[in-house]
Amino acid sequence: MLNDFLILMKQELGVTLLIFILLFIKLAKKEWKNETVLGLVNILLFVNLAAGFFFIHKGTLFGDMFRTSELLSFEKNILNLGTLIISLQSYSWLKQHKHVPEFYMLMLSTLLGMFFMISSSNLLMFYLGLELSSIPLAAMANFDLDKKRSSEAAMKFIMSSAFSSGLLLFGISMLYGATGTLSFSEISWQLTTLSSLQVFAFILLIAGFGFKISAVPFHLWTADVYEGSPVAVTSYLSVISKGAILFVLVSVLYNVFQPLDSAWYKMLFLVSVLTMIIGNLFALRQQNMKRFLAFSSISQVGFILIGITGESIQGSASVIYFVMIYVFSNLAAFGVISLVSAATGRENVDDYKGFYKTNPVLSWALTIGLFSLAGIPPTAGFFGKFFLLLAGAGKGNYWLITIAALNMVVSLYYYLRIVKAIFMEANDTPIENVKISFAPKIAMLICVGGIIITGFASGAYKYIYSLF
Amino acid sequence: MYGLFTRRNLITMLMSVELILNSVNINFVVFNKYLYPDKLDGIFFTIFIITIAAAEAAIAIAIIINLYRSHKSIDVEDASEMKY
Repeated sequence: MLNDFLILMKQELGVTLLIFILLFIKLAKKEWKNETVLGLVNILLFVNLAAGFFFIHKGTLFGDMFRTSELLSFEKNILNLGTLIISLQSYSWLKQHKHVPEFYMLMLSTLLGMFFMISSSNLLMFYLGLELSSIPLAAMANFDLDKKRSSEAAMKFIMSSAFSSGLLLFGISMLYGATGTLSFSEISWQLTTLSSLQVFAFILLIAGFGFKISAVPFHLWTADVYEGSPVAVTSYLSVISKGAILFVLVSVLYNVFQPLDSAWYKMLFLVSVLTMIIGNLFALRQQNMKRFLAFSSISQVGFILIGITGESIQGSASVIYFVMIYVFSNLAAFGVISLVSAATGRENVDDYKGFYKTNPVLSWALTIGLFSLAGIPPTAGFFGKFFLLLAGAGKGNYWLITIAALNMVVSLYYYLRIVKAIFMEANDTPIENVKISFAPKIAMLICVGGIIITGFASGAYKYIYSLF
Repeated sequence: MYGLFTRRNLITMLMSVELILNSVNINFVVFNKYLYPDKLDGIFFTIFIITIAAAEAAIAIAIIINLYRSHKSIDVEDASEMKY
């Protein structure tokens, strides 16, 4: 019994252990130096990531409240890897900060919440995981304590996330009223007859999810929060938190709401078209790099929703594959921005003119990341989008694919605008040469290597597909 | 929900959010009492919602205090540095 518990929950236990270690470091009488704490945490995060690849078992715990399998462990490993990369990238920002252990405690609690959310097979467990993963994030958004923008971003985030979890809960209570149970498998049995109460509950649930992944009618908080928060938190929000919720959304839609699929198919169709178009149009006119990446990530969510409309296994495999690639490519772009912003405090697109002359290595990393986000062939992003569209085309809705293809052309324009500014345009006051210390260098290597290797080797998609 | 969209004071907005959560609680308890009297899932869920709402309110108030320190106001119209 205890053995089961230790092995099945090992990833969650690892993260909990890390949180406790940090707590004791914080409580210790002796003040730890920031460099020591950062080094220790990064090593522990790496050990945690490596441990995730061993002793993977399938099973359930706590009366079917918690389940795990090879696929779920793989998803958690992706999130672990992303967290490690972000922690390495934010090294130079955190080094000057006063509250390093607190930052990591908050970040790891959200990670723990996401793990529980992914592993949940009960609405109660799911709700607890969701709240654990969103409430500390609001505190993290406020981490530049003396900046006006940071507190504004945190206020907007906590208000919209409280409102969205209110909607989600209302949906859950309706669903409970309609089916009389909270467990995922029993709900999907009960949903065979389509009543209007069930559809209403489902719409509320999707609205709650839409807020969290910032799909279009619910996207208004995204840009402000991304712009105002510190860069490390922005990249965490846009990659890890969004990825975790997408994993859950896929499994909830396919496993629990399979009986309602005619209803959610139309809904996702509409939402994904709107998300792509509006995300792209707003991204065209942005001047701040973080805000620009916020709108680009909104339009990426539109592409992901196309994959979800497809057939069950193909759809979920393509979404997980895309999120994995998205971790690498978005973090490559955010890594460069984070380094530049920590060294000079400049974040506008105009500041990046002539960036290649002073920082050739960083410009190449940023360019590869942007190419991968745009989906240009030798990079991994191309294959990610290719599989998403293929899954969407599986049901024969070619209109959706056409709209997506047109949107990809638009998005190519604004990604290339940045590349043009970096390589071709002259600037009187270019960003001076940014020194890269050891930790961010490793992070950039992982990101760029990940983009290129997954671009050339096709094994990853097959591996994910085989896990179902 | 009406309160959340019309009020411009952050504390009142927070109170409106709590009202939404309370309506969910009543929903759960009523469903449990009249439709499924032999189960306890709804009651448990209510207890968890109350606990989490308290945690959420604590964080939100901390953020509002911090906002007040930097903006000298808790009106949402004043916190509009970033738009579009």
